[in-house]
Amino acid sequence: MHEVSLMENAVRMAVETARASGGERVHRIRLRVGAMSGVVPDALRFACDMVCQGTPADGAELEIEEVPATCWCAHCAVEFATPDFLGQCPHCHAVSGELRRGTEMELASIEFS
Amino acid sequence: MCQECGCGIGGEVKIGGRPASAAHSHSTHHGDGHSHEHGGGGAPHSHAHDDATAFPPGRQTVAVQRGLLEKNERLAERNRGFFRAKKLLVLNVLSSPGSGKTTLIQKTAAILASRLRVGVIVGDLATDNDAARLREAGIPVVQVTTGTVCHLEAEMIAKAAERLDLDALDVLIIENVGNLVCPAAYDLGEDLRIVLLSTTEGEDKPLKYPPMFHSADVAVVTKSDLAAAAGFDRAQALAALHRIAHHARIFELSARTGDGMPAWIEYLEQQRASAKR
Ligand SMILES: Nc1nc2c(ncn2[C@@H]2O[C@H](COP(=O)(O)OP(=O)(O)O)[C@@H](O)[C@H]2O)c(=O)[nH]1
Ligand SMILES: [Mg+2]
Ligand SMILES: [Zn+2]
Ligand SMILES: [Zn+2]
Repeated sequence: MHEVSLMENAVRMAVETARASGGERVHRIRLRVGAMSGVVPDALRFACDMVCQGTPADGAELEIEEVPATCWCAHCAVEFATPDFLGQCPHCHAVSGELRRGTEMELASIEFS
Repeated sequence: MCQECGCGIGGEVKIGGRPASAAHSHSTHHGDGHSHEHGGGGAPHSHAHDDATAFPPGRQTVAVQRGLLEKNERLAERNRGFFRAKKLLVLNVLSSPGSGKTTLIQKTAAILASRLRVGVIVGDLATDNDAARLREAGIPVVQVTTGTVCHLEAEMIAKAAERLDLDALDVLIIENVGNLVCPAAYDLGEDLRIVLLSTTEGEDKPLKYPPMFHSADVAVVTKSDLAAAAGFDRAQALAALHRIAHHARIFELSARTGDGMPAWIEYLEQQRASAKR
């Protein structure tokens, strides 16, 4: 995936948000990344310092919340994690088509001053 | 070399052979540094952090909750609305390089020709061979040379579509760049996402690229004429597809021999009829 440009988008949004709230510097960037998003968290971490350089987010800490792929079984009315992405309900063994979480790639929150 | 994907191919985005600096999302791709307020997501409101102890004074936290690809998503929705208004059926065709996208598109357009008018947008990193093949077959086609970008984006589609006479078309087929990774994340405004798996690839491809196969509305097993020669384990491939792409319609066909094509064509005609409603 395009971790460098995703990180650039994240930093741009973080700086915009900080400025809109009267801030000048971004100290922490929290991302939410789903296991099914195709995004490699380590590649985001790798890109972060480079992308933040020379921006109001220079030196910001990056926190990544990794969201497991989670399906819904309508039969059992439960959510279950599906780390192999196969969506098989651990209770009834039916295959669920409904992925509830795991495709996120978003800027969750920032810390600024 | 592209720092994004390491594809080793340098260049700029070209639409119909012409540089399209306006079309290329250097903005999307490399950040344009502009800072305007964005619509979606609402105005950010800041509040003091609850856990004051762990928090240096003067710092605030603010929830943002915005998708990193929100710009592409907005443009894709705009494309979708535009295409719907034109009553077009729009397909986004995805696969590894060589799985048979161009061949299937060419055959599909040829068979549909007597009933439906098909136009094509082809994305390719560097060459326009595929567009040339389709053009020779008499199909209206616009080439998007993506340069360093290993997927198509909604903005490129908007620009490319301007070069087609959409009012003279019923179906718009987009051949994406041959790549099973990042195109999965970029909505183009299509009605249906068609993911190809050829019998000469591994049966376990769907398990290796879950985001792409999960996002498929339709999975097409191509080159069925080569299945025996390639030792293709059909049962295993279908099981993998059923598991990752539970909800997808599955077709098995050979664009070379025409085997299996009628079911696929009939499906497209049905889909087009409902797009027209
Ligand atoms: N035997 C056979 N070969 C095919 C079939 N479809 C495509 N091919 C061949 O596979 C190669 C790659 O096909 P192409 O359509 O260019 O794949 P793309 O890269 O996905 O657009 C070409 O040599 C095609 O002639 C098929 O159904 N049967
Ligand atoms: Mg092709
Ligand atoms: Zn269950
Ligand atoms: Zn890409």
